[in-house]
Formats: sequence, structure tokens, C-alpha cells
Amino acid sequence: MRTAPFLTAIAMSEQTNVTRQELMTRSNKELFEQWAIDVDRDPNSVPLAELDPGHPDLFEARKELPYFERLRREAPVHFCANSMFGPYWSVTRYDDIVYVDSQHELFSSDFRLGGINIGGVADPNPDPQFTLPMFIMEDPPKHDEQRKVVAPMFAPRHLHSLENLIRERAGKILDALPRNEDFNWVRHVSVELTGQMLATLFDIPQEDRHKLIHWSDTTSNIGNPEYFETAEEGFQELWKCWAYFADVWEQRKAQKVPGNDLISMLVHGESTKNMPPNEYLGNILLLIVGGNDTTRNSITGGVLALNQNPDQYRKLRDDHGLVASMVPEIIRWQSPVAHMARTALADTELGGQRIRKGDRVAMWYISGNRDEDAIENANRFIIDRDNPRKHVAFGFGIHRCLGNRLGEMQLRVIWEEILKRFDTIEVVGDPVYLRSSFIRGIRELPVRIRG
Amino acid sequence: MAKITFIAFDGTEYVVDAQNGSSVMQSAIDNAVPGIDADCGGQCSCATCHVIVDDAWFGVVGKPGDREEEMLDLNPEREPNSRLSCQVPVRDELDGLVVRLPEFQM
Repeated sequence: MRTAPFLTAIAMSEQTNVTRQELMTRSNKELFEQWAIDVDRDPNSVPLAELDPGHPDLFEARKELPYFERLRREAPVHFCANSMFGPYWSVTRYDDIVYVDSQHELFSSDFRLGGINIGGVADPNPDPQFTLPMFIMEDPPKHDEQRKVVAPMFAPRHLHSLENLIRERAGKILDALPRNEDFNWVRHVSVELTGQMLATLFDIPQEDRHKLIHWSDTTSNIGNPEYFETAEEGFQELWKCWAYFADVWEQRKAQKVPGNDLISMLVHGESTKNMPPNEYLGNILLLIVGGNDTTRNSITGGVLALNQNPDQYRKLRDDHGLVASMVPEIIRWQSPVAHMARTALADTELGGQRIRKGDRVAMWYISGNRDEDAIENANRFIIDRDNPRKHVAFGFGIHRCLGNRLGEMQLRVIWEEILKRFDTIEVVGDPVYLRSSFIRGIRELPVRIRG
Repeated sequence: MAKITFIAFDGTEYVVDAQNGSSVMQSAIDNAVPGIDADCGGQCSCATCHVIVDDAWFGVVGKPGDREEEMLDLNPEREPNSRLSCQVPVRDELDGLVVRLPEFQM
């Protein structure tokens, strides 16, 4: 057995006698072939026991939502015995998700027990080369201690001081966009804005933002056959990220006056100053992916949602003040983190189902955010909702998204600046979606701006 | 029944009549007091109903419970008198309560 690499979709079949070496060198392509499904089949035709809502191909084809709709209706706490990730429970209703997320004493995030995505499995003696500890995959007290080291960066009062910088950059990015020709919104805008922000938070040269984006994409695609033959190959890329940041660490450590950047915070933090290399790399990747994929996909998801709901786009054009309520609605609608997983620390009951100690439990945020019993008209995109902040996209409890206010601010600012400049960003082709049931992402969105 | 005064960060005062059985958070929401998000709806799971209890009242209101303390502890902008207002039930002894709202909810 081996432990889960961070935030990756390394697939795991249910057999327990696979060695780590086999998992790391196994062909991503062959595994996806072995678990191939027909994404066009009717979800209601699949026997409930065989339903595997976490299959990445469903997300790549954007066919996942009807599966969750059925689960919420027929089996809100559902067990899938066989999947490329091994056996896992799915929690799909809003209230149940809030409950599981809030009970960290019962549902652990510890990477040694399997961590936070359904691809993770328990490994009490993880190999440091292929294991990346990070605070999102720890329980208290370690989680709390390390989170508190970087939390001041994301405190609203500090973010407030960054707003002008974000606005200036958003303006420059938008002013440089081509007119009357098709381009990929993801690369030109979403990735640019979030990449520049990350470089600022790490206080590294702006031109190195492309490296951060590369390592973010590597992490999200380590199990994706289009990117890597094997997981081992992906890890080789990730260790280059460590080498880069090892230099930054030494540089920050040598500074007489501590810097106000994330690396300086880690260098001086009591619980982070003595991290082994794999833990430093893990926490770096946590900050990169946390600050990159989520906001990026929400920025893109908003453009797509407004194009798919032209009445809402019209409403926004008529009243720019609706940006404030549109931002949380975009985040709910996109749900850029499709799920978080936990490991049960004791036998327990949920929704009439018996969950055993050691079982893996996925909380499907994407499903909770479409739960009509909790959110009125949950399956409609409405930018002027009465209570738009009622969504589960940031998670709840001690692991609630640390960068939520930064993400919201970036979304708000980019939309304020878009509305100052462009009447319409027109989607002119089919989006390409990420093959992942963890990060609910959009890789390409062809758009055109007339004028 | 209790009269509760919320003082916004800019100094604006909002006085509401709060009903026993409700929470301080819910009383603010019901009376459209700005500055409290209460994203989780009162489950002590998001910490976006943060208030700072007036010194004179902290003894009456009391300290946070374990779960609340855990959530508050993760907020770098918390203060010694900080509470999550969803965890403070309205009761007669709170008549006259004064709480301040932080500049931002985190």
C-alpha cells in the first residue's frame, strides 16, 4: 500500500497488495482503459450499487451532475465498492456534507490514513519520495499550527491592501486581449491573473509565474494519461518545484528583516521552520494549487455560465452592482473543488448507512451545491439570489478554504474591470474540461471579444 | 427578550429586539444588520458571524465552547473577547448587550 500523493487523481484499484513501486510505475493509460466507461449512458440505467460518481471521465464529459441528482434522491449516502480509486462512500446532500466536514474528530484528513481525495489510501510508513505531507492533510494540532503560520497572508485586512494591485493587473491583462479573433480565455485571463497573484504572494519574479502554473497543472494531472505515462514521471517534475523553492528558502532565511511573503512565513514559523523536504514541497504545492486551480476555474466558469444564461448576462450588464452577489453564485455554480474526502476514525452511522472505521468518505461539494432541499432553485444560475453565500464550495469546519476571501476578491475585481471594458465576452466554441473528479476544471474556453 | 446593540466597524449602531431561543447571529440577520455573513447558517462551522463582545458584557456572555474556540483560534484577526455569534443564545440576561463587528469577516 502507499499513501496518496497530494491533490492528485492517482488511481487506486481495490486490491491491497499493490506495491508502491507498482503504483508509481503503472501506466496511467492502461488503468483508464481498464476502468473505461460509456459516459453517454443514462445514469438511471446503471444499478445503484455500481454507480461510480467519482469516475474522472464523467467530469471530463460534463456528465457528472445527473449522477449526483440520482444519488441525492435515491441514495444520499452511497457506497461504491469498485472503482479505479478503490471503495468509497459518497455524501451528496448539503446538510450531510456540512455535518461530515464539521466533525474532524470522526472524519480525518490525515494523509497517513488516506488524505483528502478519493484516490488516497492508508499507508503508515509512507515513502518520502512519493508522499507529500501538507497541512490540509493533517488533523489538529498539526493542521492548526501550520495553517496559522500562513493565515495572516489571507486575512481580509491584509487582502484589502492588495486590491489596487490586483485591479491594476486585471486591467492590463484585459487591455492586452485580442479583438475580433478567437482566443482561449483560460490561458489569456484566468491563468494569467491567478499566476501573477501567486508570484506576488511568494514574492518571486513575475516571469516565474509560468513555472508555478506548470507545477499546479502537473499536480492536478499526475494520474492523467494525456500528461504523464506514470505517476513517477509526474513526481520527477514536482521535485523540480522543490529545487526551485529550496533556493528561495535559503534566500529568505538569510534576510535580516523577515519578508512579508509566504516562504518567509514558513521559514520563521515555529511549526514549519524544520520541515523535511517532502513536507516543504507538499505545503508549497498546497498553496500553489489552492491559489491557482480554484480561482482560475471560477473565473472561467463565470464566463461560461453567463453565456449559457444570457438573461443573467443581460441583468449584469444593466446593473454592475450585481457583481457582489454574482461572485458567490459563480463559486457555487462552478464548485471548483468537486469533492474532499475523509477517513472514518470509528464506526458511525450517516443517513441510515453504517460507515466502518477506516472507510473512505467523499463529500461531493458539487452535489451539495445543487441540492434543491437546501438551496432554492439550486439547478439554476441566478446572479441576484437572496442568500448567495449559502454554498458548500469552500467546505466547512477547521479545513474551510483559507483563501476564500482572496478568491472572491479576485473574481470581483476581474468582473468589475471586465464590465468597464467589454459589453460581451462571447463563448465561440466548446469548452474542454479537466479529466478529474477532484478539481472541477475548464482547460480551454474559446471566446471572442468584438470591437 | 433582549435589546442588543451591534456597533459596525464604521461606528454605526444597530439596536435590535432579540427573541429568547434565537441566537445573537440570527437576531442580526433577521434585522438586516450588515457585517455578519453566517455562511454556514449557525453550525459553528464557518466563523463568519464573528463579533467582539463589549468588555462590560463578556463575563455575562461567557467564553466560547471547545468547537467554537477551535474555529476562532484559526482567525488571525480574533480578539480576546471574540465570539461566534451563532453560538450565543439570546436570553433575558443579555438585555442591553453591546457587541462590535470586525472590519471584515474571514
